[in-house]
Formats: sequence, C-alpha cells, structure tokens
Amino acid sequence: MLKALVLSPLIAAGIIGVFGRRWSERLIAAIGCGSVGLSMLLAFRIVFGDLWSRPPEERVIWEPFFSWIESGPLRVAWGFHLDALSGVYILFVTFVGFWIHVFAVGYMRGDPGYARFFAYMNLFMFMMLVLVLADNFLVMFVGWEGVGLCSYLLIGHYFDRAYAASAAKKAFLVNRIGDFGFALGIILIFATFGTLRFSEVMGAIAMQFPEPEGWGEIGVLTTIALLLFVGATGKSAQIPLYVWLPDAMAGPTPVSALIHAATMVTAGVYMIARCSELYARSLTALFVIAVIGAATALLAATIGLAQWNIKKVLAYSTISQLGYMFLACGAGAFSAAIFHVVTHAFFKALLFLGAGSVIVALHHEEDMRRMGGLKRALPITYRTMLCGWLAIAGLPPFAGFFSKDEILWRTWTSPALPEPWGRVLWMLGWATAILTAAYMTRLMVLTFEGEERFARHAGEMAHAVVPRESPPVMTIPLLVLAVLSVVGGWIGISEAYTGGRIPNAFEQFVRPALARAPMHPDHLVAGASEPGHDLELGLAAATALAVLLALVWARRVYQRDPLRPAPRLLENKYYVDEIYDALFVRPIVRGSTVLLWKVFDVAIIDGAVNGVASAVAACAAVLRRVQTGLVRGYVVMILIGALIVLGYFVFVGGQLPAR
Amino acid sequence: MTTIPISWYLAVAAVLFTIGTVTVFVKRNAIAMLLGIELMLNAANLTAVTFSSYFRELAGQILVFFVMVVAAAEAAVGLAIIVLLFRHRETLNVDEAQLLKL
Repeated sequence: MLKALVLSPLIAAGIIGVFGRRWSERLIAAIGCGSVGLSMLLAFRIVFGDLWSRPPEERVIWEPFFSWIESGPLRVAWGFHLDALSGVYILFVTFVGFWIHVFAVGYMRGDPGYARFFAYMNLFMFMMLVLVLADNFLVMFVGWEGVGLCSYLLIGHYFDRAYAASAAKKAFLVNRIGDFGFALGIILIFATFGTLRFSEVMGAIAMQFPEPEGWGEIGVLTTIALLLFVGATGKSAQIPLYVWLPDAMAGPTPVSALIHAATMVTAGVYMIARCSELYARSLTALFVIAVIGAATALLAATIGLAQWNIKKVLAYSTISQLGYMFLACGAGAFSAAIFHVVTHAFFKALLFLGAGSVIVALHHEEDMRRMGGLKRALPITYRTMLCGWLAIAGLPPFAGFFSKDEILWRTWTSPALPEPWGRVLWMLGWATAILTAAYMTRLMVLTFEGEERFARHAGEMAHAVVPRESPPVMTIPLLVLAVLSVVGGWIGISEAYTGGRIPNAFEQFVRPALARAPMHPDHLVAGASEPGHDLELGLAAATALAVLLALVWARRVYQRDPLRPAPRLLENKYYVDEIYDALFVRPIVRGSTVLLWKVFDVAIIDGAVNGVASAVAACAAVLRRVQTGLVRGYVVMILIGALIVLGYFVFVGGQLPAR
Repeated sequence: MTTIPISWYLAVAAVLFTIGTVTVFVKRNAIAMLLGIELMLNAANLTAVTFSSYFRELAGQILVFFVMVVAAAEAAVGLAIIVLLFRHRETLNVDEAQLLKL
C-alpha cells in the first residue's frame, strides 16, 4: 500500500509529462489532482486504519521494495518505513499537497506550461513521499535531491524571464552547498556504522554510545550531526544558506505554497527528527542548532517587516517559522518541532494561496504598494486570510498558538541547553513572535484595508484593474485550510491547559518515533525540580498578551500610514546578498575568469589542443616538399628504400630464419 | 640428363629485373613504365618458382599465382588510369601528371 501511495504521483507525472502537451487542461488537472488525492486517501487509510490501531510501541510498518546497490559492504535497498513521524508527514504532505493542486487548477488556468507544471508538481509529490518514507539515508538523499530538482524546475517555471531563471539557479546552487554537507554526513555514517538503514544506524548509536557526547566535545557523533545539519540549513533555509528562499518566490504561487512553505523546506526538520537518536547524543550540535534556529527566526522576522512584495514577506515569514522549528529541535523538543511543521503547513499554505488569490485578482501584481482595500472585492480570500493571520501570529485558539507556545515553553525548560541559554533563546523566540504579529498585520493592512491603491496605477497598466473574487476551485482550498488553521492546533494542546488531566495527544502519538532530550551537565548540578504547569501557562499568557498588543499596535500604525518607509537596512535585507556577492560570488567569478578561463582553459587546455594541431601543421609544411608530383621521383625513392632494406639484410642482419 | 644449375635461373631473373627497373626509371611513357613493372614482377615470380622447385616446397608456386592475379588487376587499373590521363591531357608523359602537387 505504501508503494501505491508513493508511486501514484510518479505515474501521473510520467503520463502528464509524456502526453499532457496535447491534452486539455481539464484532463491534466483531473490526473494531476487525482493521483495526489489517491495518495491522500491511501495515507489516511494506512495511518488511521492500520498504524493508529496498533499499540504505540509497535507503530512501525516496513515495506521492502527492491534491492538497489550491492557493492561490498554497502547494501542499499529501496524500502518504505512508516512510523508515527513519517505518518504525520505523509498525512499533511498529501493533504496540503492535494488542496494546493486543486488551487493550482484555477491559478494556472491559461498558462502555456500547464502540463509541464502539473507534471513537475506530481513529480515533486513523489519525491517528497520518497524522502519521508525512505528507510535509509541514501534513499532519503534521493528524495532530498529530487525535491530540490523539482523546486528548481518549478521556480524556473517562467524560464523565459531572466529573474526566474536566475532565482532557480540560485536555489539549486545554494542547496548544493548544503547537500555537500549532507552527503559527507552520510558517508561518515557509513564509515562509522557500516550501514545506512535508519533503524540499524540508530540502534548502533544507542548500543555504542549510551552517554551523549559531552558539552563542547567534537566527537564522531557531533561531526555527523553537524554535517547533516549543514544539509538541513540548505534545504530548510537557515543561516547562512537561507538566501535562496526569498528569490524562490519567482515561481508560481502554488509552488511557493507547496514547496517553499508547507513541505519541502521542512525536510530539514524531518531529517533531524528522523535522526533524533543521533542528535540527542550531541549537546554541542543541539546547541548550534538552537542558536542558529533562534537567530534565523529573529533575523528573518525583522527583514519580513520591511518587504513590499507580498510573497517576499511570506517567504521571510517561512524562514522565520522554520527557525522556530530548528530552535525546538535544538532544545531537544523534536515533537514540538514536528507539531509546528504541521500547523505551519496549514496556515502558511493558506497564506500563500490567499496571496495567490489576491495576485490573480490584480492581474499578477505582487507589490503591496499597489494593493489595498481588497476586503470588499475579495471577501472569501480576506476572511480565510484573517484565520491564517491570527494563526501565524499565535493568538489562542488558532493553530499557531499551540505549536509556537509549545516550542517557546520547551526552549525555556530545555534540559539540553546550557544555562542560561534556554531563557536567552526564549527571549529571542518571544521577540520573534511579536515581530511576526507586526509584519503579518502590516501585510493584512496593506493588502486588504485602507484605500485602493491599484486603481491609481490603472493608466500605467493599460487596462483598469477590477478585482474579482476567485472561482470556487481556488476558494474551496482556502476554506479547507482556513478551518485547519483554526482547529489544526487542537491536536497538540499541552496538558497544562487541563491541569495535566489530558496529555498532549500529538506528543503521545509521535513520541515512540523520537528520542528524548539529553541532559546538559548544568541541569544535573542545579538539580532543579520539574517546572510546573503554572509557569507554562504564565509564559503562554505573556506571549499571547504581547502578541495581541503587537497586533493592535501594528494595525493602528499601518492603518494611519500604510506606506511608511522601513529602515533601509531591513528593506535591503541587511545587505546579505551583497555581502555574499562580494565574499563568494565575485571571487569565484574573478577566479574563474582569470585563472580557470584565461589561464587554465585558454592557455593550458586550448593551448595543448591548438599546440598539437600547429605542431602537425609545421611538420607537414616540411614533409610536403617530399611529394614532388613526379612519378619517377617516387620510383627513385622506392628503389632507394628497397636497396636500404636489402643492404641491411646483406651487410648487417643477413641471417635468414632457420628452417 | 644434367639439370640446369639454380644460378642460371637466378641470373635470368636478375637480368629481367634490372631491365624492368631501368625501364621504369628511364621511360617517361606511362605504358612503358607499366611494362617495366610487369617485367620486375615476372622476375620476382621466376625467382619464387626457382626456389620453390629447388627446396621442393609448394608455397613459392602458390605465391606466384597470387602475384599474377594482383599483377593482372594492377595492369587493368593502371591501363584505365592511363586511358583517363590521355583523355584529359592528350599525353602519356608522367612528368606532366602532377596536378596534386602543391
């Protein structure tokens, strides 16, 4: 059944890719959505029908597929491994993926690349399912690279526009840096443990390393963990490799929603959770992850406050939310990270699709300075985006509140972080929550409230813009995701809210698949008692109150002056692109131009090729004189040659072979 | 009955070969050169047959068959070339056939 679930989008991708060019949009849409819908139904059936009914410790389904590589000690087979963690992933990936596909049917209407788009989207779904269901690192790497490839192809969907083509290349190249670290990590795992299967590697880690590697110690586990994390920073857009994600918005909006918000970019979080047994044995790696996650969350949130492109705001918001997830992983709260992945998939997909609906209504206008006042024209989009806005800001009882507070609470009380970093990082996360509320409010006010700024530019655009609500094929996915952005967080309500009577259902479900956070020596010495529910509720209330104030304050500020200029430093994204350009891109371009091109390629390689040719030509110029064209001259030469051969046998080597 | 010594045969062959070589050298007429080549080939044939009979070995005679076949083919091709040469240049002087020279 897992095979059917995984292969269904692949088959559809093949069919659409081969025949789709001549087919009608309706048929392509039916196949593209149908295959993902089938995967979704199978995922629900297998998770709720089979996995759910088993006792928690036995919630593992393993389906072997075929043997792939057998080379000496390296044995890799394709197999699908479903446990609580991958179960959660296939549920939301197929569910959100299906609704985004449905939305795309409307969004992409009339696009010349309709078939290509759906073929790549289905291929992406296949690769994502391979990534989460793989039972070993190498097959996971196949999925990992596959989603990267589809991301590249779909960012470059409008490949005839220079910015889309270069954004696709940027995404691909930045991801390569991370993937290099990931590949090194996989090689080191094989060199250390002699196998690549998750179950065997994690078992070997548990056997050979009963104690976590100490604080500040860089042993083999920490090295592997950090190398894998380099891969995660690339795929999941963390410092220092986050720069590709904002540019990736050059792709169609459903792509941004599916790949660059809901699913692919959370692959790094998935990988760390999948290897939680490894990460729980390296305090150093956890600390690095937590700090990078918190720093990314804050940095991206500040940049998001100053962007004018609606999709760029959401892109920085995605980076910021991914930072939260890594903060949770670093704090050892893997289940909280996965919980946030799920709720984030709901509300961020909703926000992106809502933005897509707005963009379509305004004839592909993405600049918020040319929006405003769309509340009346787009009532459904506006109301659903309200849900997404409150969910990402983290107001109770919307989905984002529960997952974000779980993360912040786990960070404050994390046993894995050294003193007093838990509270320091909580402060960063808290500040990020306030900034999140602010930039999302800015987005909502600029887009939906105030005066209509798009009409003013009607003259420039040659035709007046009359925004109209999107067709049902686009609004129904919005409504579905809006409902989930409200109720989606209720699956993981912390036990503190019921005084410990009802345990956190989500955590209970995924716990068997995840490792527990290790103890940092600081906490052993302190010997502090388990922090109580009162503190958790207090912190949650403090955050919610701060967020509420930020929402109200930001709403008033931006309603008064929607186009207030942002600090140049933020609007220019801290000049990170420029710094990378000066530090890496230019030296590489210069080095390539001067050394590799002018010296190595032109002088050495071309020089060798041309040198051989001119040497031959020079010799030929001399030898040509021999060819006189006089037949009798040739005869003389033949005779002289014959005489020389004869003379040799007569005077020097005149010994006939013995008979 | 006295047999003719082998050196006589070889002497005839040597004489034939020399005549052929000199013909090829001295003559400018293409047909004459071809004749000279035929003479040289037949001198070589005679040597091969001589040694074949002297050593009681058939390989030399078989070789001669091959040489004769090749010589016939060569004469056919050579004469065809000569005919074409004559049509184009109105001459059989090989010194004037040097169109391919740079």
